[in-house]
Amino acid sequence: MLRALLFAAALCLCLPASNALAQQSELQTLLQSHQADVAKPSRSSVDAVLADLAASNLPGVATFLEKWQSKDVWVRESDGVFFFGRETKDGIELTSIATGEVVATVGKKEASQIKPNGGVRKQLGTALVQFQLSDPDITRRTAAVDAIAKSPAADQLEPLLAAIEDEPDAALKARKTRLAGLLGARFADDEAERIAAIEALSGELSLDVRAVMNQLLTTQSKVATALPDDVNIAHVYNVGDDLTADAAYAQLVAANLAPAKISEAEIKTALVANVANGSAGGIPTGQLGDIAKRLTAYDALAAAGTVPARVTDADVQSALTTHVFFDVYDEPSAAITAAALEARTEIRQRVAFNQAGDFALDALSLASIYFLAAIGLAITFGVMGVINMAHGEFIMMGAYTGYVVQQFIPDYTISILVALPLAFAVTFGAGVAMERLVIRWLYHRPLETLLATFGISIALQQLAKNIFGTQARPLTSPAWLDGALVFNDVVSISYIRIAIFVLAVIFLGLILFILKKTRLGLEVRAVTQNPGMAASMGINPDRINMLTFGLGSGIAGIAGVAIGLYAKVTSEMGADYIVQSFMTVVVGGVGNVWGTLAGATMIGTLQKGIEWLNPSNTLAAQTYMILFIILFIQFRPKGIVALKGRAAGD
Amino acid sequence: MKQGLLSRNPSILWFLAALGLFTLGITVLSEATGTGLISTSFVKTLGKTLCLCLIAIAMDVVWGYCGILSLGHFAFFGIGGYAIGMWLMYARTEAIVAESLAASPIPPTAQEIIDATGTQIFGVVGSSDFPLIWAFSHSLTLQLLMVLLFPGLLALVFGWLAFRSRVTGVYLSILTQAMTLALSLYLFQNDSGLRGNNGLSGLQNIPGFEAVPQSQISIAFFWASALALGLGYVLFAYVTSGKMGSVVRGIRDNEGRVRFLGYHVESYKLFVFTITAIVSGIAGALYYPQAGIINPAEIAPIASIYLAVWVAIGGRGRLYGAVIGAAFVSLLSSWFTGGGAPDIPLGFYTIQWVDWWLILLGLSFVAVTLFFPKGIGGLFDYLTHVKTPFRVGDYGPDKGALRQEEGHEQ
Repeated sequence: MLRALLFAAALCLCLPASNALAQQSELQTLLQSHQADVAKPSRSSVDAVLADLAASNLPGVATFLEKWQSKDVWVRESDGVFFFGRETKDGIELTSIATGEVVATVGKKEASQIKPNGGVRKQLGTALVQFQLSDPDITRRTAAVDAIAKSPAADQLEPLLAAIEDEPDAALKARKTRLAGLLGARFADDEAERIAAIEALSGELSLDVRAVMNQLLTTQSKVATALPDDVNIAHVYNVGDDLTADAAYAQLVAANLAPAKISEAEIKTALVANVANGSAGGIPTGQLGDIAKRLTAYDALAAAGTVPARVTDADVQSALTTHVFFDVYDEPSAAITAAALEARTEIRQRVAFNQAGDFALDALSLASIYFLAAIGLAITFGVMGVINMAHGEFIMMGAYTGYVVQQFIPDYTISILVALPLAFAVTFGAGVAMERLVIRWLYHRPLETLLATFGISIALQQLAKNIFGTQARPLTSPAWLDGALVFNDVVSISYIRIAIFVLAVIFLGLILFILKKTRLGLEVRAVTQNPGMAASMGINPDRINMLTFGLGSGIAGIAGVAIGLYAKVTSEMGADYIVQSFMTVVVGGVGNVWGTLAGATMIGTLQKGIEWLNPSNTLAAQTYMILFIILFIQFRPKGIVALKGRAAGD
Repeated sequence: MKQGLLSRNPSILWFLAALGLFTLGITVLSEATGTGLISTSFVKTLGKTLCLCLIAIAMDVVWGYCGILSLGHFAFFGIGGYAIGMWLMYARTEAIVAESLAASPIPPTAQEIIDATGTQIFGVVGSSDFPLIWAFSHSLTLQLLMVLLFPGLLALVFGWLAFRSRVTGVYLSILTQAMTLALSLYLFQNDSGLRGNNGLSGLQNIPGFEAVPQSQISIAFFWASALALGLGYVLFAYVTSGKMGSVVRGIRDNEGRVRFLGYHVESYKLFVFTITAIVSGIAGALYYPQAGIINPAEIAPIASIYLAVWVAIGGRGRLYGAVIGAAFVSLLSSWFTGGGAPDIPLGFYTIQWVDWWLILLGLSFVAVTLFFPKGIGGLFDYLTHVKTPFRVGDYGPDKGALRQEEGHEQ
C-alpha cells in the first residue's frame, strides 16, 4: 500500500505538469471543497454542486458526471479524496480524477462507493445532457442532439431549451430549435405551450414530425357498458357500420366481457374427443359429416355439461347492444388532441400535395425512359414503316457496348463519354447491315419484315447469351451521377433519372432538327411519302433508307447505354422494352416524333398512376395499362397525333 | 359446277391417310399397346406435337388464308390448358384431401373438404379461398365447356373491338401481341387466382384413372390428339374451301375490294378469328395434360411468334404446310435443345447446339422469309409439278396478301 502510494507520488513528480492536468487537478480541488455533498448527495444539496461545476467550465466535468451517475466514483476512507474506482478481484482499483492515472488498488474496506439515489441520478442525467449539448467540441454536441432525436424523452426538453441560445453553429442551432419544437409538442409542461408547439409543426412534412403527431394521437380500442366521462374519446363505433359485428364481439371476448364463440373446428375437436360407442352427442359418427347434425350433437353434449354451451346469434346480438365500442386517446387533454388532429390533417394535405409532385417526377422519368427506348423506333417504324422486332436487341447491343468499354477504360466518366458514340457507331453499323441484307428485300411486306427481324432478334439474343453469359452485367454510372436530388422527405429524384431525362430532351431536339432542318431530313420525308417521286427528283431512295434505318438503330444503341446505367444489362433487356416501345409509337401516332413524345408521356404517366393506386403490384399496373392502350386504339386508331393529308399515306 | 369437299381438297384424303398410318405405327410401337420400341415420354412428345400441329393449322387459317398475323393464338392455347387444368387439379386434390380426411374419427363435411382442397391448391400463393374463376372447377362438363367458351369469348370480344375499328396489318399484330402480354402478366400475379408463376401442376395425373399406368394414358391422349388433328384438318379444309374460303382469301389479298363487293368483311374475319381461337383452346386442353404443367411463361408473346415461325417455315396458305412446319420445327427443336444433336468441334471452338440452336433457327427463319417464301410445303408443288400461275405482282395490295412467289392454284 505504502509502496504503491510512493510510486504514485513519484510518478506525479516525474510527469511534466501540463495545462490540462492543471485543470483536472482544479476539478479535483473543486470536488474536495464540496466533499460532504459529493460523497452523500441528496436532491436538495446536489443543485449547488452542479451549479458550481457548471460555473467552473472545466473540461473533465462531463466525464465526472457520467461516472458519478453510473456509481463509478469512490471516496478513500483515510483522507476523503475522490477517485474513479473499478472493482477488480484484488480490491478496488482507484484512478485519480486529477491525473487520470491508476493510483492504487486498495482493499474493500479502505474505499467506499458513492451511490446517488434515483432522484439525484436523474438530476445528474439532466445536467449531463446540458453539458454535452454545450460541449465546446461540435462533434460531441452533434452526437448529443442525434441521441435525443433518436430516443426523445421528457427530461431532455429543459436542457435542450437551455442549450439553444449559446449555440455558435447556425445549422446545429436550427436543429436544436427544431428538436425542441418536436419535444415541446409532446412533453412541455404547459398545455398552451404544447398547443403552440403543435401548431408550429403543422407547416412541416418530415417523417419525424409525422411520427410525433401519430404519437400524440395514439388510441386504444375500449369497450364498456356506457361511455365514460373522464377520458379523451377519439371515436365511438357504430357496430355494423364502421365496425363489423364479428370484430366487435372479438373485442368483447378479449376484454373478458363475453364468452368466446365456438368455431366449427372447435366443435369438431369436441365431438372427436367425446366419441363413445360409435356415437357422439347421441348421433352416430357416420352421420356427423353434416354441419346441422354436428350442431345437434354438440348441443346435446353442452346440455349434458361436458362442453361449454354454444354462443347463439341472439347472445351475440344482445351483448353487442348492451356495450359501446370506442377509441380513447392516450393523451388526456382534448385541446391537445384537437390541435394535433388539425395539424395532422394539414400535414397530410401537404404530404399528399408533395407526393403528387413526386409522382409527377416519377412519371416524367419513366416517360423519358420509354421515349428514349422508342425514339429510334419512331424513326424506323414511324417514319419508314419498317417493323423492326430486333430494335430491342439494338438497345441491348448498345448496353453491352457500354459494358465492354468499361472493361477497358476504368474511369467511369470517360468510359461513358466513349461508350455513347461507340454504341451509336456499333448499332448504326448493325442497322445498316440489316437494312442492306434483309429489310431492303421486304419493303411493302411489313408482316414478313416482322417475322424476319424477329428471327434476327432471337439470334442476336442467343448470341449475346453465348458471349456474355446469362447473368446480369453491371454498367456502372460515374460517381457524380450517384445519389439523388432531395427536395424534402417526400420529393426526391435520382441524378441518373435526371440525366436520362436530359438525354431524352437532347435527342428529341436532335431528331426534330435532323428531320425538319437538314437536307437528309427533307430527303427522308420525301422518300417516306413517295419513293418514286423522290427518286425522280434525284434522291437515291436506297441510300436514304439505309441512312435512316442506321440512324434509328444508332439511337437505340445510345438508349441502351442510358437504360443500362439504371437497369442491369442482360441479353433479355431489349425484349422487355420492345412491346412497350411499339405501344408508345402506335399510341402516339405513327410518323411523328411529337406523337412519340405524347405516347411516352401518356404511357409513363398512366403506368405510374396505376401503380400509385395499387402500389403493391407493378404487374397489375402493366396489365391494366396494356388493356387501356388496346381500348384507346379503338377510339383513336391513328394515335394521339394523327397525320393528316398526303403525309398520312391513304 | 358444284364439287364435293373432297374433290376440292384432295389433300384431305392424303393427310388423313398419313395421319392414320402414323397413329397406327406409333400404336404398334408404343409400350402400352405394342412392342414397346418407343418410350412413354416419346409418345407424349409426339402427342404434344400433334396438338401443336392442330394450333398451327388454326394459325395458318387466320394468317395464311385470312391475312391476319395474329400474335395471340398461343394465349388461346394457354387458356384452354388452364381451363382443363383447373378441373384436373381440383378433382385430383379433392380426391387426395378426402382420402386424408377420411382417417379422422368423424366424417368430414362438404365444406371442410372444399376448404382443405383450397388450402392445398392455393397455399403456395399464400391463400386458401377459391377465387370466383374456379366456380365451375368441380365439374368436368362445365370446365370442358370453358375450354371452348373462354378462348371463344375472348377472341370474339377482342376481334370485334379490333376489326370494328378497322385495325389491320401490323397494327393488329402488335395489338394481339399486347393482348397476349397483358394476359401473361396478369396470370403472373399471385392474386390472379391461378397460382401466379407456379401455374397448375400435376396435370398428367388424370382423376379417376390413378391406377392406369402413364404408358396407357399417354397413348390414349396420343389417339385423342390425332383424332382432334384429323377433325380440325377437315373442319378447316371445309372453312377455307367453297365460297366462304374464296371470300376469306379475298379479304387477305384485297380487303377493300371484297368490302365493295358487298361482303361484310368484319363478320368473316370475326368468324375466322373466333373459330381458330376455339380450336387453339381445344389443342391446349389436349396438350397440357400431356405436358403435366402449365404456367404463365407458356403464354408469353414469344410463343405466339414461334407459332407464326412454324407456319411460315411449313409454308403458309396450305394446311398441310402448317402441320409439316410445326412438326418439323418443334421436333427438331427438342432434338437440338435436348442434347440429341452432336457437337461440332471447330478446333478453336466447339459448337454446342444447346447454345447455338436458337441462332440457327433465327437465321434459317430469315432465310426462309427471303429465299423460300413457299416454305417446306413448296416442295410438294415441285414434286407434283404444279406450275405457279403467271402473275405480275402480288395477289393483292394488302399487307397480308400472298406474294407472287408464294402463289399456287387452289
